Amino acid sequence: MELAPCVPNQIGGDMQRRAFLKGATATGATAFAAPYIRPAAAQSRSATLLTLSESGPNNLDIMGVGTNRPGYEMSWNCYDRLLTYAVKKDQNGNDHYDYTKFEPELAESWDLHDLSVTFKLRKDATFHDGTPVTAADVKWSFDRAVSVGGVATFQFKAASLERPEQFVIVDDHTFRIDFLRKDRLTMPDLVVPTPIVINSGLAKKHATDKDPWATEWVKNAEAGGGAFQLEKWTPGQEIIFRRFDGWKSGPLPKIERVIWRTIPSAGTRRALMQRGDADISVDLPPKDVSELAERGKLHIVGTPIENAIQYFDMNVKMKPFDNLKVRQAIAYAIPYQKIMDAAMFRRGKPMFGGSGEVTQPIWPQPSPYVTDIAKAKKLLSEAGFPSGFETTLSFDMGAAVINEPICELTQESLGRMGIRVALNKIPGANWRAEFAKKTLPFSANVFGGWLNYPEYFFFWNYHGQNSIFNTMSYQDPAMDKLIDAARFETDTKKYEDEIEGCIRIAFAETPRIPVFQPYLDVAMQQNISGYRYWFHRQLDYRQLAKG
Amino acid sequence: MPVLRRLLIALPSVMGVIVVTFLLTRALPGDPAIYFAGPAATQQAIAEIRHAMGFDRSLPAQFVDYVRHLSRGDLGTSLTTGQPVLSELAARLPASAELTLTALVLSVGIALPLGIVAALRPGSPVDHVCRIITTAGVSLPTFFTGLLLVYLFYYLAGVAPAPLGRLDTFSTPPPHYSGFYLVDSLIAGDFVTFRAALGQLLLPSATMAIFSLAPLARITRASMLAALGSEFIRTARASGLGRRRVVCVYALRNALLPVITTLGMVFSFMLGANVLVEKVFAWPGLGSYAVDALIASDYAPVQGFVLAMALLYVMLNLMIDLIYCLLDPRVRLDA
Repeated sequence: MELAPCVPNQIGGDMQRRAFLKGATATGATAFAAPYIRPAAAQSRSATLLTLSESGPNNLDIMGVGTNRPGYEMSWNCYDRLLTYAVKKDQNGNDHYDYTKFEPELAESWDLHDLSVTFKLRKDATFHDGTPVTAADVKWSFDRAVSVGGVATFQFKAASLERPEQFVIVDDHTFRIDFLRKDRLTMPDLVVPTPIVINSGLAKKHATDKDPWATEWVKNAEAGGGAFQLEKWTPGQEIIFRRFDGWKSGPLPKIERVIWRTIPSAGTRRALMQRGDADISVDLPPKDVSELAERGKLHIVGTPIENAIQYFDMNVKMKPFDNLKVRQAIAYAIPYQKIMDAAMFRRGKPMFGGSGEVTQPIWPQPSPYVTDIAKAKKLLSEAGFPSGFETTLSFDMGAAVINEPICELTQESLGRMGIRVALNKIPGANWRAEFAKKTLPFSANVFGGWLNYPEYFFFWNYHGQNSIFNTMSYQDPAMDKLIDAARFETDTKKYEDEIEGCIRIAFAETPRIPVFQPYLDVAMQQNISGYRYWFHRQLDYRQLAKG
Repeated sequence: MPVLRRLLIALPSVMGVIVVTFLLTRALPGDPAIYFAGPAATQQAIAEIRHAMGFDRSLPAQFVDYVRHLSRGDLGTSLTTGQPVLSELAARLPASAELTLTALVLSVGIALPLGIVAALRPGSPVDHVCRIITTAGVSLPTFFTGLLLVYLFYYLAGVAPAPLGRLDTFSTPPPHYSGFYLVDSLIAGDFVTFRAALGQLLLPSATMAIFSLAPLARITRASMLAALGSEFIRTARASGLGRRRVVCVYALRNALLPVITTLGMVFSFMLGANVLVEKVFAWPGLGSYAVDALIASDYAPVQGFVLAMALLYVMLNLMIDLIYCLLDPRVRLDA
């Protein structure tokens, strides 16, 4: 039985090196200190936040390859951007970022012209290692984003930020961006998680000829100047942040330390929250959230995720869904309320049963459909399928907690009008590749626009350019014309008419059946305050307070 | 010498494992480039990621590359966690092994006496208790037993520590010697961490012990029954040897061979296949690492995991054979 311990010994050297590289709090030096550290740690519990999620970051570099959503949270809290968004109250009185208003972060002020914007940087801001933040750091970071390739480069390109020459150092604390063209998304794109300002001096020390942007190093380390600094990262288990007391880009956070543990089982996360051993948990299934909300011991905030809809798609290029009446029949046969009650436990905003009149340019808004089997049967007969047909309903097993009950309820409901539905469960890794082929006749999915603009949603989902998310292969020149006009519209009235036009066509043609707008649910202990909803759907520790 | 020869015999199977895992991971449905490019990526972004990962090259080229890295001890980098596979396996293997060994000690401690007593008194109440326990242990899925134990001992009674993995939030891991927190904290003389680590171990190892009890108790009972019914026991009894000596030395020693085999199987199975226990207790073990990688079509960790498990099986089988030799002089390695 000596076998197991001897294996790690052989490769122990690698472990040590990794711990060193991460700048972790000395794994090797705490042998005797640990027992004495404990009481101090216990005292600071009131300023320490313990948060739980299903998975943790896989890459600390937001500009790296394949950085996951938990990775945004690290980046959001450890790095500063030039600008951020202001805050407003949502319908339920909770803090919600306000995408209509920018606020200073690293930049004290900015001067926006038609073809350029000039930022004045804070003169007192420093990185975590004490070096001052200068325009050269901003330029290096932005140059990196447009040069490193992958998601960061595409994120910048989406806002017409494409070449290093666009980023100009005017002086140490003045930085200018020259626009290639006038693009509505340029300014908002400077507030998303990607455009971080990296400590270029520190990062360059770790750059090599093969890796000029130090991607290998930034992946495992932190070189920012944000409100929190990385204390320790154990991938797949835990990440610990410490407040950066020299932070100047906003009011000093009240939380001094954040411990973020990866707890894969939702049941365990719930038990930890209910026992009061953890402060915040995200990624709880709708059933747990609804039960916790009813018991009232915990503070639950559910925010409808902006520009997001859970829906059913029908491929209009495939029989029998090429027939509008078939699509309408299905839309009348979806068991909407049952889905809300039995599958979602009401953790979503219904997107059905609307008035049928589109009077506001708001997206998402309820479709005119309700469950009406008689009407559905009539439409189906008119379409020439009085005895129904056979089809398959595909969904992503990666989100099976939500998709599986929704699809089963729908299968049952459609079965009552003779439509025999086979469920096609596609593994998470395979899902995207499968729906990109556009050969799924009938599928359930969710889409959330990163930026809260209706035309952005329509561009990705309903436009004839047939992007990957247009699973229904829907192409309509009238729709395309409205979307294209709305994207570059400067006149508010015209813009609103165009958006309303898009929504009207989407409801009339029904290639997609909206069901609900999902919630971003966060469970907190009662003594936690200051939670703010962000478009990136991750926690912002800077406003949180405990006690 | 025979040990060396045994190791040599294992070489072809290890090479086979390398080829087969490589091919199998490539045959998995799903495209890692698409998965890691994120939901809103364009075709070009996906192509760039595919190129960066080297998946745009031919299979033989990828294989040659893989073997070349392997020969340098480089198992590649996981995309799901962003870390080198080798260091992750090295960090996770002790976690899994510590949990599995603790569970095995627990379950052997219960299963052996239970099986022996049940065999000594077949049909007695003890035998029925043994049957009930083993049936229940096998039929309850581990995630259920795990959640039940969490509910009872952590949530309701509050006696067990929070199921937060190997250590609670405010403990620091002991210095790294073996990777076993219990051993390392003792070496460092840090009893507070020892207690913390032991506390975290109790519920998950009990969960696994309940599951592994069944095969062990049943095989003990069955082989004890067979041994007790055999002629040499009758002879021993007839020769007037004491009951204790007959049972513990003659019968038990002969009955242990199949038990050791089962033990080896159970150990290796539990080491890699305890995904559900690991998930419930947030245990940073091998099983959940491999399954997460599999779900994401993350080739490198899957290959590394299978390879590590194959090596482990080879070593384990060798060890079981060695123990056989100790228990039964008739067994020889070169036979």
